[in-house]
Amino acid sequence: MERTRVVITGLGIVSPIGNNVPAFEAGLAAGVSGVAPITRFDASAISCRIAGEVKGFNPEDYFEKRDVARTDRVQQLALAAAQEALLDSRLDLQAEDRERIAVYVTSGIGGGESLESEVLQAAVRGPSHLSPFLIPKMLVDSIPGTIAQRFKLYGGTSSVVSACASGTQMLGEALEAIRRGDADVIVTGASDAAVTMTGIGAFANMRALSTRNDDPGHASRPFDKERDGFVMGEGAGILILEQLDHALARGARIYGEILSQAVTSDAYHMTSPDPEAKQIVRAMRTAIERAGLSPLDIDYVNAHGTSTPANDRTESFALQTLLGGRAHLVPVSSTKSMTGHLLGAAGAVETVACMLTIKNRLIYPTINYATFDPECPLDYVPNVARSSDVQYILKSSFGFGGHNVCIVLGRYAG
Amino acid sequence: MTKEEIRSKVVEIAKEKLGVEESRVTDEAQYVKDLGADSLALVDITMALEDAFGTSIPDEDIEKIASVGQTVDYVMSHIA
Repeated sequence: MERTRVVITGLGIVSPIGNNVPAFEAGLAAGVSGVAPITRFDASAISCRIAGEVKGFNPEDYFEKRDVARTDRVQQLALAAAQEALLDSRLDLQAEDRERIAVYVTSGIGGGESLESEVLQAAVRGPSHLSPFLIPKMLVDSIPGTIAQRFKLYGGTSSVVSACASGTQMLGEALEAIRRGDADVIVTGASDAAVTMTGIGAFANMRALSTRNDDPGHASRPFDKERDGFVMGEGAGILILEQLDHALARGARIYGEILSQAVTSDAYHMTSPDPEAKQIVRAMRTAIERAGLSPLDIDYVNAHGTSTPANDRTESFALQTLLGGRAHLVPVSSTKSMTGHLLGAAGAVETVACMLTIKNRLIYPTINYATFDPECPLDYVPNVARSSDVQYILKSSFGFGGHNVCIVLGRYAG
Repeated sequence: MTKEEIRSKVVEIAKEKLGVEESRVTDEAQYVKDLGADSLALVDITMALEDAFGTSIPDEDIEKIASVGQTVDYVMSHIA
């Protein structure tokens, strides 16, 4: 039986390099860095004092004043991106059957800022001062709940959490849900807003974050020999996934096709990747097989590429294993070099970048690449965007907990 | 604290918590019926009143302060 085909018909984004798709697209093409000193809280006592913050975002552009106080930043960023994606898709929500439109949006952390501020307050003033809005602000699944409520979408809500692989896994789950017939359209993606004292402080104490505080614009440098950890970013990426026939029937603009997903577990260590990368390679290979392709068909890899020593070494090793003698011929780049690492939102934001790569026939670079690392010997599209008629993209995301998630994206050619 | 001082504090809390214009926050205005409050907002307002007036409002009293005017009277009779 022919499998249901699923295409991407709308994009929305709020990111450290632009608060909408056109700004993000321009930032990617120019190879700008969104990393700067932290302004959202006083980070002076933390070893890492830089992040990719979203700049100039005003929640009152999207929410009434009273609802701003009832939502966490993670929901506000997601709602903004969802609104852009829905507008971009040109879906006529008044005419559509909204029981066939679902919302699958997730987060790595959820409403961490609200939890932190309420706990700090309760520690001083007692638990009777905990806000009655804390639970809906901190729960991950309040993110799709907020979007469904705003646009009156009744087709089901879901949040799948797998740390920094959450966004990519969510897209894969949305793909499968459409194939199961659960919905015709799914508003999907992820949001994270963890540039907080606990978010930065705890990742810093794991020695996971870059401490290049005096040179923030060059701190996120995936695959470069001088990389010293990831730089946290915040933001949201939302995509409209649509059953192909539904998209064709309404004459939708199609950015690309989502062909497959595969998920494996390292079952090795909570925070370190298995250096043998067997399960990473299996996730890559399985996703490619499920797309009906062979590794030879992949002409671009949008990497997880976090800028930590261990990830970039392991991911490069996995790609060499997967691609064999052809490994050095396949361009691999990391969007995180520009945005920083948006935790659970990363995969969704990076898939938006992949759709723009297909649309513009332009592979966005890995910026800040300066020094060759013999353990990372691939073509990372250093520093400058490159024209390419990309057909099939492998997108990988990995998360603490040993989660390995890969999806395959393709140009829609009828 | 005079009644007017209490009233102006109650109005300020209702405005902030419910995001409504001051002109709508009359003595007769009921939080749920007229100002769009839900059950969580009522708890939020109650907590803000407790903070502002240094008093504690038991849950069973929440229904006694359904309107702005009732709130002002309640606070008047419960603070020294």
